[in-house]
Order: sequence, then structure tokens, then C-alpha cells
Amino acid sequence: MDTILDTILDKHRNARRDALIPILQEVQEAKGFLSRESVAAIGEILNLPTSKIYGVATFYNQFRFSPLGAQHVQICRGTACHVKGSAAVLDALERELDIEAGQTTRDGQFSLEVVACIGACGLAPVISVNGEFHAGVLPEDVNNIINSYRVDEEVQADAK
Amino acid sequence: MFTIQINNRNIQAKAGETILQVLKREGIKVPTLCHLEDLFPTGACRMCVVEVEGMDGLIPSCAFPVSKDMKILTHSPKALQARKTIIELLLANHPDDCLFCVRNGNCDLQSLSEEFGIRQRRYSGVKDNYNIDSSSPSIIRDPAKCILCGKCVRICEEIQGVSAIDFINRGSEATIGPAFNEGLNVSSCIYCGQCINVCPTGALREKSDIKRVLDALNDPDKLVVVQHAPAISVSIGEEFNIKPGKDVMGIMTSALRRIGFDRVFDTSFAADLTIMEEGSELVSRIKNGGKLPMMTSCSPGWIKFVEEFYPEMMDNLSTCKSPQQMMGAVVKSYYAERENLDPKKIFSVSLMPCTAKKFEAERPEMSNNNIPDINAVLTTRELARIIKMRGLDLNDMEPEGPDTPFGERSSAGKLFGVSGGVMEAALRSAHFLITGKEMDDPQITAIRGLDGIKEAHVKIGDLEIGVAAASGLANARNLMEQIKNGRDDIHFIEIMTCPGGCINGGGQPIGKDLDAIKSRMKGLYQIDRDASNRLSHHNEYVNRLYEEFFEAPNSHKAHELLHTHYHKRDVMK
Repeated sequence: MDTILDTILDKHRNARRDALIPILQEVQEAKGFLSRESVAAIGEILNLPTSKIYGVATFYNQFRFSPLGAQHVQICRGTACHVKGSAAVLDALERELDIEAGQTTRDGQFSLEVVACIGACGLAPVISVNGEFHAGVLPEDVNNIINSYRVDEEVQADAK
Repeated sequence: MFTIQINNRNIQAKAGETILQVLKREGIKVPTLCHLEDLFPTGACRMCVVEVEGMDGLIPSCAFPVSKDMKILTHSPKALQARKTIIELLLANHPDDCLFCVRNGNCDLQSLSEEFGIRQRRYSGVKDNYNIDSSSPSIIRDPAKCILCGKCVRICEEIQGVSAIDFINRGSEATIGPAFNEGLNVSSCIYCGQCINVCPTGALREKSDIKRVLDALNDPDKLVVVQHAPAISVSIGEEFNIKPGKDVMGIMTSALRRIGFDRVFDTSFAADLTIMEEGSELVSRIKNGGKLPMMTSCSPGWIKFVEEFYPEMMDNLSTCKSPQQMMGAVVKSYYAERENLDPKKIFSVSLMPCTAKKFEAERPEMSNNNIPDINAVLTTRELARIIKMRGLDLNDMEPEGPDTPFGERSSAGKLFGVSGGVMEAALRSAHFLITGKEMDDPQITAIRGLDGIKEAHVKIGDLEIGVAAASGLANARNLMEQIKNGRDDIHFIEIMTCPGGCINGGGQPIGKDLDAIKSRMKGLYQIDRDASNRLSHHNEYVNRLYEEFFEAPNSHKAHELLHTHYHKRDVMK
């Protein structure tokens, strides 16, 4: 039983399909992401196929389908960061973590998200790890930054 | 009615018609990639754009209604240029592997690019690098070849009521797939293959068994037995420019022998056998208060649909295996015994207008002592490929007769290929089983035709039986909801997964040509009209099979070999 999900869905027992996006937002807010179970349960109360819900949810950037990692990495891809080379930083992050934007590493340590603008254009290109900002990031800095957050102490020591 | 002008000619049109409908009626060809007859237009591909005087830009003719005094140019330089550019853009990231593609020579994108004389790559896009989904036993998806016309999504949702797939992501990353981009095998896909029939490119195709069949044919230790489904003989000819609906059974039999099949049997024989089993089951359910309405179980897509969406109604399904599986079972039991053959050395092939049959043949219940009833299933399209590969042409061959004992059939068995046909065949025999007499008129017109749901109340002796036949699973769903909501005047329901039945199956020639489908239907009814035996229970070899082997319909042995059971399926639906 998933009480968080049930509490949300209980409020929407009589909802129609036009309530889909608000429900998706509410579930993601509470659970951090949209799981298969959540999507199936939403489909049941709205009488919508899961393929349709997944289609709608993937149309928007705001929904994610895997839980956030212990360390949530956000990379800014706004105009200023783009001009300063954030595309290469994103590449480096994806390589370093071996995941794509929107995914979470298998060990649950890191998740990666692309955001439009963090409002720190003066620091471009900028990434944030659990709210901690790193300014003027170069692709070659990524390895050190990520390692400093790894739980494995040996790797952390190496980074220092 | 009012007058409009098309290409400077005055033409009469009705309010409410789309421009495309008028063009089609007038024989003016405008290409389409996303248009599906009878479904609401989406205007996704823009291939059908035309110029309309006084309107800005080009107008998609599929989605725009005609109005009085409208002036339309269908092939103006502007319209032609737009169409050509669309094709060029679609080609920008399309894999350049036509020579290796299953749709080589039969691809809408390929033939349009030929028609528009495209001789160079004007745009070069990044090739999409998608995984091919070969997880299902029936259908292979290759998203790299997908042009996002959306026809598969719509036929799956609107005609089949399944919605296994939808658009995923947005813009240049858009693709089509099941929820969470999983394989079809864990989706609610019922493997009907209707999506393959409407796919303009090679993005969807059947999982081919051609190699396995050819290997078996080349294996001297194997006795290769083949059976052909009722709807094949009226459609395979189309692959050889023979007109739709013409019965080529004899010619096909002769082609099958030349390919090297050792025995050629007719699935319609097993359909007669199915009628004996299913008819007896129905009579017994009615007399003994069994679960009603009884629902037919010949169509494997429909079976998977019930297991996924209506598991609470699995007891309503007849326990009979489908004719394909019954034939498989009797070939490896009765026939093997009679001919003194080791069932392990028999390679049993079935030719089906269906992709879901591949899934059915792989079901673990469809085997006896770990020997599968059926070893390989080929669609109508795959059969045509083998015939061509062997250099044979159905146009210049002499017809031959099938092999005994499973080559004999009544025309009732042949009707299994069309929606309403199983019902008609069953009622003819149920009448005999209940009253001991034949029907005055074996033709039951109320359940013929291409309507989605057909119903009749039939008097058999003192009994009045309510029957319904539905095809296209969105129609079946409609009927199921009525039953769930308490409707109780229906005792027997026939469901065929594909609209119109197997004549329009997902393994039939590519395309959705309504005229061809109607001709195939006419072809089957013509066979029935001309037949000397129109009754399953008068199939001499079926009766002999009972005398020599099964004893009686629904006997213990019959239950062991000819009946099955069903499982609830948990899938993302």
C-alpha cells in the first residue's frame, strides 16, 4: 500500500481526464518522481491508458520517471550558460555519471536534471548540487566536483 | 449540394465533406501519409496540402471542409514544392537501408520519393539511434524508420481500444512506443498487427519465421506439415496481382507442394472440428446452466485482451483451442499415431492472416508433453515472400487438391475467416445438435457484413438464442461493458480481433483497402454458396476422427488435446 499516493488519488476520485496534469504534478511533488505504479494508479481513476499518460508526461520537461538521487545535480542550460559552454559541461556530467539528463544512477547517489535558468548568469556556466552552486564550471572540473560528493570516502579523499 | 472549383473544373460537393473526400471521389490523387479512412483526421503529415484561393498558406485537405464557391488548386507549384520538401525532410534522418528493408518495393515513403523524383539529399539530419524492440513474439518495432504519422497509435486506440502505444517526448526527440518506453512484451499490446498494416514504412513488421521454416524444409529428418487459414486463399492472390477475393486454394496448394511441404492441410477442417467442440460446449452450457454468454476463443488477440482487461470474464470464454492449435494437436497425436510417425519429427507450420497467431503458438498451454502443437506461423505476407523466393508465380500454376485426412472441410469452416462466420457455422451445427434437424436456410444474413457489432435472436427448436458478433476490439469492449452492466439476452458471442475478421487480419497484405477487404468477404461467402457441404457436422473426416480417436465431442481425450485454459495478465495498461 502506498498511503501518500492513495491520499492524493482519494482527493481526485471523481476527476476527469482534464485533471491529469495537476494530478501528475501533485504526485511528483509528494513522491519526487512518477513511478510505474503511480502512473498505473492515476490511469485507473482517470480511465486513461498508461501509454497516454506517459505520452503527456514526457511532452513536458517538468516530469521525471526515476527517483531523485541523494545528490541532485542541476545544470543550467539558459542563454548565458549556453554561450559560456554548458553543452560541453552537460556532456561531461552525463559521461561522468553514466546517465542521461533526467535519470538517476543505479546506486541512487546522483540524479541529473537540465534546468532553463537558475538566475546566476554572472557565474555561468553554473551547476548546482543539492542547492550548492559551482560557478564557471569547465568540462574538466566535473570529475572533481562529482567526486567531492561521492559517499565513498576514499574517492572523496582523492578529490581533496 | 453546391459547386466548388477544383483545378479550374466545376465540381459538386456536399456540406460537411472534407476537401480530400471530394478529391478522392473525383479521382484526383493527392498523397497522404497520416490519413486513415473513417477516423478523425489529425493533419499530421501535411502531404495532402492544397492551395485555396483567398486563404493564407496551404490547407491540409484531409482536415478542411469544403464550402460554396471554394477554388482549389491541388497540384500548383506551391503545393507540389511543399510536398516535395516534406518528403525531403522525412528522408533527412531516415535510415538509408531500403535494400535491406522488409518494405522495399512496398513503402509509402519510398514510392513518394520516387514519384517526386527526389535524386539527392537536400537535408541531412542526425540519424536517430533507437533500439529495435524485438521483445514480443509477433511484432518488431524499429523506431528509427518511424515517420511519426501516428496511424499505429490511432488504430490501436480508436479501432482496437487497446492503446498499447502513444507518442513519447516532444519535437525532434519524439518517438512512438509503449508506456515507459518498455518492450511490447510487457505492454498491453495484443499483437493483432493492425499497426503493421497501416504503417507507411518499415517501422513495424512481423517477427519473421521464414528462416526456421526453410531450415525445417531442408532437414531430411523432418516431416513438414502445413495448414492454411480460411482467409488466406482469398487474399494471397493480391500479392501476385490476382484480384482480391478470388479463391486460389488449389493453386496455393500446388505452390506449397513445390516449395517442399510434405503435407498440405486446411485449417478449415480444424474449424469444423472447433464447431463440434464449441457447439457441444454451448449446448451443454445452455442445458446445464453453465456460464453464459459463452464467448468464442479463436482469435488470440482477443484472448490476450480478455486476460488483460476483463480477467473476471475469462470463464465466459469457450475453453476450445483455436482451429490452428486444434489442427496442430491432432496432427501430432491422431495423425502421428495413424502414420506411425514420431511427433518430435513433425514440423508443423501454419499460414495465418494474423500476427497474434505467432504469440498463440508460443503459449505454454499450446503443447502436449512439451511438444508444441505448432512449430512456426507464417503470415500471408511471409508466405508470399517464400513463394516468390522459390521463383513461383501463382498466375501460371495448375490447382491441386489437399492431402487427406485434414484437407476436407465444409464451407462453414471456411467462414471462420470473416466476422460473423464462426457464429453462422456454429448455429448451423447447434441447430442439428439440439433438434436433430438441419436449418431450413443455413444462411444467417443478420450477422453478415462489416458492421462492428451484429446481433440476432435465433430460434432453435424451443430455444431462443441471442447471439452477437463483434469485430475490432473497441466494439468488443463496448459489448463487454453491456454484458457487465447486466445485459442478459445474449447467449453466444463471437469476437474477432480485427475489424471485419481475419480477411482484414494484421498478417494480410499491407494497406487498408476497403474494397479489397469487401472482395475477400464476398469471396468467402461465394465459396459457401457454391459448396456441396455447408455444415461442419457433415464433415466426414471430422466424424471419422471422433469414431477412431476422440469418441465424442468434449470427451476426456478431446479436453486433453483440444481445450485450454486462460491466465490473468498483469501488464501496463
